[in-house]
Amino acid sequence: MAAEHAPNASEYIVHHLTHLNSLGHKQAALVDWSVFHLDTLFWSASLGLLAVLILALAAARATSGVPGRFQAAVEILVEMVESQSKSIVHGDRSFIAPLALTVFIWIFFMNAMDLLPLDLLPRVWGGVYAAAGHDPAHAYLRIVPTADLNATLGMSLGVLLLCLYYSVKIKGFGGWMHELFTAPFGSHPVLYPINFAMQLIEFVAKTVSHGMRLFGNMYAGELIFMLIALMGAAWAGTFGSGLLWLGGVFAGTVWAIFHILIITLQAFIFMMLTLVYIGQAHESH
Amino acid sequence: MNLNATLFAQLVVFLILAWFTMKFVWPPIMKALDERAGKIADGLAAADKAKADLAHAEKKASEELRKARESAAEFRSGAEKQVAQLIEEARAEGARIVNAAREAAENEAAAASQRAREALREHVAVLAVAGAERILRKEINAQAHAELLTQLKSEL
Repeated sequence: MAAEHAPNASEYIVHHLTHLNSLGHKQAALVDWSVFHLDTLFWSASLGLLAVLILALAAARATSGVPGRFQAAVEILVEMVESQSKSIVHGDRSFIAPLALTVFIWIFFMNAMDLLPLDLLPRVWGGVYAAAGHDPAHAYLRIVPTADLNATLGMSLGVLLLCLYYSVKIKGFGGWMHELFTAPFGSHPVLYPINFAMQLIEFVAKTVSHGMRLFGNMYAGELIFMLIALMGAAWAGTFGSGLLWLGGVFAGTVWAIFHILIITLQAFIFMMLTLVYIGQAHESH
Repeated sequence: MNLNATLFAQLVVFLILAWFTMKFVWPPIMKALDERAGKIADGLAAADKAKADLAHAEKKASEELRKARESAAEFRSGAEKQVAQLIEEARAEGARIVNAAREAAENEAAAASQRAREALREHVAVLAVAGAERILRKEINAQAHAELLTQLKSEL
């Protein structure tokens, strides 16, 4: 905590929810395309690199003989993704299946940052910031990239672009246009605008809900970790605050264990929806 | 919760990572998996084939055993037949030899008795002549009485 005064609960949470961005202070406008979240970029890129390097290591060591534990673990994942993608996407999967694997492992890694002690990396960063001669109270750092809407919407936007690409690739531009105006209600000039509007809404809803779902889950999870941390920080030497501290330990344990399920499940859901949306681009209505 | 250019950076990172996985991760692992599946299939097929071969070999062995037993029985009965024949032949030969010996002995005995009879006749003739001489007190002319003597001899 800063030397002058300990932050109150509200300040603590706001501090933890503020990104390290290219402005150096909190972004004022809701949308500002000139700003970067440096922490999200750093952690997502690092974890992505870690994920693909681990996979590449497994791939480099892969033998058709008896697999070791590491290889078997990666193979289980690959087989899982392969069987899921095969059952959902009918067509050439030489890019889609690896994409799904990347999505699953990368998002799992980013989500798993939530399980690190909440204050550990921000405190280290604060120390570095102070050593560099700045005020540690302004040392912002968020370590869970998937709790940043930019990251999750960025990925779901990537999925949308792939959907559009595969729609054109599989059905041809004319075929896709035909589908945009004639599905889902049918081929009639009166229905063309309604069909097109429905298709647009569908694409927007798919993409936004895809990104928002992951963001919402991870943001809420992070927030609950903060509330639990506040409960633990209530320790002030009295009996009541001791009970609160015990409650913090208990709730933190329970929530972290439950969160193991959530981070895996959310990564899996994001992967499955990626496959489903791209699979829809492969099928005609 | 602000939107900014991080979004596009994340999009690019996303596509790069997926591309990397497609290029360097997925193919070797799938290749290893397919190869292992092939090996396992081959192993199972080889095991099946070995099992079939074993059954075949067992059948063949029992067949051979049965054949050997049959031919041994054949040999034994052949040998027994041959032995019986040999014994039969030997018995016949023995009988033949005994008969021949008996015949020869009988012949010899007959000849001997004939000879003895001849000699006895001779002696009897001589005795008869000597007796007659004694009776007649004179010598009988052997030549003169040869016919008589011969007649006498044949009468004996």
